Amino acid sequence: MILDSNFLMRIIKKIQTRKGAKLNIKGEAEKVFKKTHPSKTYALKPDDFFGILPKLLKKEGEEIKTGEPVFFSKNEPRIKFVSPVSGFIKSIERGARRKIEKIIISSSSNENSELHEVSNWENLNRDELKKLILDSGNWPFIHQRPYGTIANPNETPKAIFVSTHTTNPLCPDFDFILNKEIEDFQNGISALNKLSDQHVFLGTDASFPGMFKNISDVQHYTVSGLHPAGNISLHIQELAPLNMGDRVWTVNPEDVVKLGCFLSTGKFSPKRTIAITGNSVEQPKYIVTKQGAELQPILNEFKLLYDQNRVINGDVLTGTISCLDGHLGYFNNQISVIPEGNDYRMFGWLPFKDNNILSLSNTSFSRLFKKKDFEVDTNINGEERALVVTGEMEKVFPLDIYPMQLIKACIVEDIEKMEALGIYEVVPEDFGLIDYANTSKIEAQEIIREGIELMINEVG
Amino acid sequence: MNALRKQLDTLKKPFGKGQKFEKFAPAFTAFETFLFVPNHITKKGAHIRDAVDLKRTMVTVIIALLPALIYGIYNTGYQYYIQTDEPFTFIDAFIHGAWKIVPMIIVSYVVGLSIEFGFAVYRGHEVNEGYLVTGLLIPMIMPVDIPLWMVGISTAFAVLIAKEAFGGTGMNILNPALTARAFAFFAYPTYMSGNKVWVSEASNVDGISGETILGSLAAGQDVNYSMIQMFQGSIPGSIAETSTLWVVVGALILILTGIGSWRIITGGIIGAAIMGILFNLWGANALMSFSWMNHLIVGGFAFGIVFMATDPVSAAQTNKGKWIYGILTGIFCIMIRVFNPAYPEGVMLAILLMNVFAPTIDHYVVNGNINKRKKRWINAQELKTA
Repeated sequence: MILDSNFLMRIIKKIQTRKGAKLNIKGEAEKVFKKTHPSKTYALKPDDFFGILPKLLKKEGEEIKTGEPVFFSKNEPRIKFVSPVSGFIKSIERGARRKIEKIIISSSSNENSELHEVSNWENLNRDELKKLILDSGNWPFIHQRPYGTIANPNETPKAIFVSTHTTNPLCPDFDFILNKEIEDFQNGISALNKLSDQHVFLGTDASFPGMFKNISDVQHYTVSGLHPAGNISLHIQELAPLNMGDRVWTVNPEDVVKLGCFLSTGKFSPKRTIAITGNSVEQPKYIVTKQGAELQPILNEFKLLYDQNRVINGDVLTGTISCLDGHLGYFNNQISVIPEGNDYRMFGWLPFKDNNILSLSNTSFSRLFKKKDFEVDTNINGEERALVVTGEMEKVFPLDIYPMQLIKACIVEDIEKMEALGIYEVVPEDFGLIDYANTSKIEAQEIIREGIELMINEVG
Repeated sequence: MNALRKQLDTLKKPFGKGQKFEKFAPAFTAFETFLFVPNHITKKGAHIRDAVDLKRTMVTVIIALLPALIYGIYNTGYQYYIQTDEPFTFIDAFIHGAWKIVPMIIVSYVVGLSIEFGFAVYRGHEVNEGYLVTGLLIPMIMPVDIPLWMVGISTAFAVLIAKEAFGGTGMNILNPALTARAFAFFAYPTYMSGNKVWVSEASNVDGISGETILGSLAAGQDVNYSMIQMFQGSIPGSIAETSTLWVVVGALILILTGIGSWRIITGGIIGAAIMGILFNLWGANALMSFSWMNHLIVGGFAFGIVFMATDPVSAAQTNKGKWIYGILTGIFCIMIRVFNPAYPEGVMLAILLMNVFAPTIDHYVVNGNINKRKKRWINAQELKTA
């Protein structure tokens, strides 16, 4: 154990990586909160919860309170998903084969929350605490590895990871977002400690741990390096590598605060802080809203610079597509808005042409410029091709895994190979940069996601 | 540009879904995307994508090949004129070479691309750009006087048997261009070896002959070229492989752009140098005592290791594997040169041999990672039970 003299915190490991890339995209959010109008409707999207089959508890038109369950998981009925606001169920949107896509809740002016008894949570045993977290709808904030699904409450993880340092393009700064909520954060960490036999690990930025250095009951580690240095898969590999049958849980920093806040008030905390980012946004800033809020009133507060924009719940590498009249996701702390790139470029395939396009390849001068603020758009810059170029994925992939071999094993659905090559240690987001950088334009995240779905169905 | 774009959009209509020529859409798209990078946007996965694509990658390789090709065209004329004792200028030599080589390039592209387009339409996938490089490489590594129909048949063989039969671009085991050469080498040996094929018109005009340096050494003859000549490439040989100087320029382009694997190239040079030094120490025949440095700059070694061994599809794919693959290619190249007088140049066979072994090398490298993981699992299991 090293006692870091700069920050006076005990650090068990300094994780460093050279593999990866920093994408210098224009549109980082200024550290200022902007006020927005409250949203009229809020949405729960079952697709936000990977691997969950929803079973509805409410019908259209029924009244609902904040923190009251809207649906539960068919496989594990104890996992409930609760409403972020009080009001009534406005509509349930279904897609193909009656799949539930969105449950839209109309909010009413009088706020009314489900109350849980939390006064003696510190004295509860593990099972009682689990029940409290499950009943209150806070359980979906806890994810598990392998697979990145919502944690199975019947299991005990060998470690719990919370990383406050993310490296995704234009990612929010959690020290800024959470610095008024340090007590809730500490509460949340203490609760997580009760759920695991072993450690809770807390990752911080090696250059600036901020307020997180004061958190106790955790094993501190620091992270430095290029994206995806902030991805928890790398931290797990370094500190508690996943073996067959192991479980590790992960929780996002703001969700730790929400858990802590619940444990001190007894009310579900729907608060969500969002960094509005991207080169379509004129003056990107932070906003505070609630989970599942409408995007329109939020984005109306900002001037969008282009006519056709892509609105993304999350960052430009791993986020999910939304639209101006869509809703915020359940977990993301970031919205990215970038222009659509549906235009043609004459002879754009010539090397060293169109150097204004951000590229990690030496066939463009854009790397040499070291420009800080590249304009990006959604053009694929080519077409999908067979896998030809080798070695480029490894450059942006710091895990001790052969990414191309794993992708190929997933394509041919060779379960044994996938297992041996490390499918348990990755989530699709780890392949975001590979999606971006690979010459053949293959959809690595999609392939890995399908591979993980196959593993869940076949192996469990 | 807008007018052209509009024209293309009108032309494109009959190739659309449910239209008359839908089946031929891949062929039209190939032409369209040559003019314009398409307006496709991301639908899943990362929302932004790098500017690099396979077209750009392949065009970079072609740019890297051009210096060697241009010198090869000049050298073809140069070798012809110095033997006929006619006075000549640089332009004369270049025109003579171009007259010989451009038709070969055209035949290679027409035959190869026809097959590629045919398969793309038949299989309903896009035309891959890989052939742009293969199609240029094939004539570059042939002797200058090979009849055009042989170029055509070799090309067809390579594309059909070495590439499409395995599933097309990205799936082939052997380097297609080298397969074309190997096919010609074994099918038409009289056109591919001996002392009458390396200089333009040698078989037609009396008094012209020209053995390659390695051929002379294998036949026990003396070599009268200086090291400078060998390095700059004013020597007989296959069309574009003679000039190590311009191959090095190509290698720099490939390495600096990150398109060619520096691991394979460096590994190959190390392997060949080690083997060359060992044979120098042994020194039992003319080829063994031929300086190891000269081994690196004569024959097709430099060209092969820079442009053929680095083909990412047929080479090893892991970084460790690339080192092993490169070093072994170098070793085998010199070994074949020295031990087998029937094949004075070993680089073609060395690379093809290593192409076959590349998946095996990768298998063991990747297995190292797999075993490490399994060991960790077993250790954890033991800890739990203990």
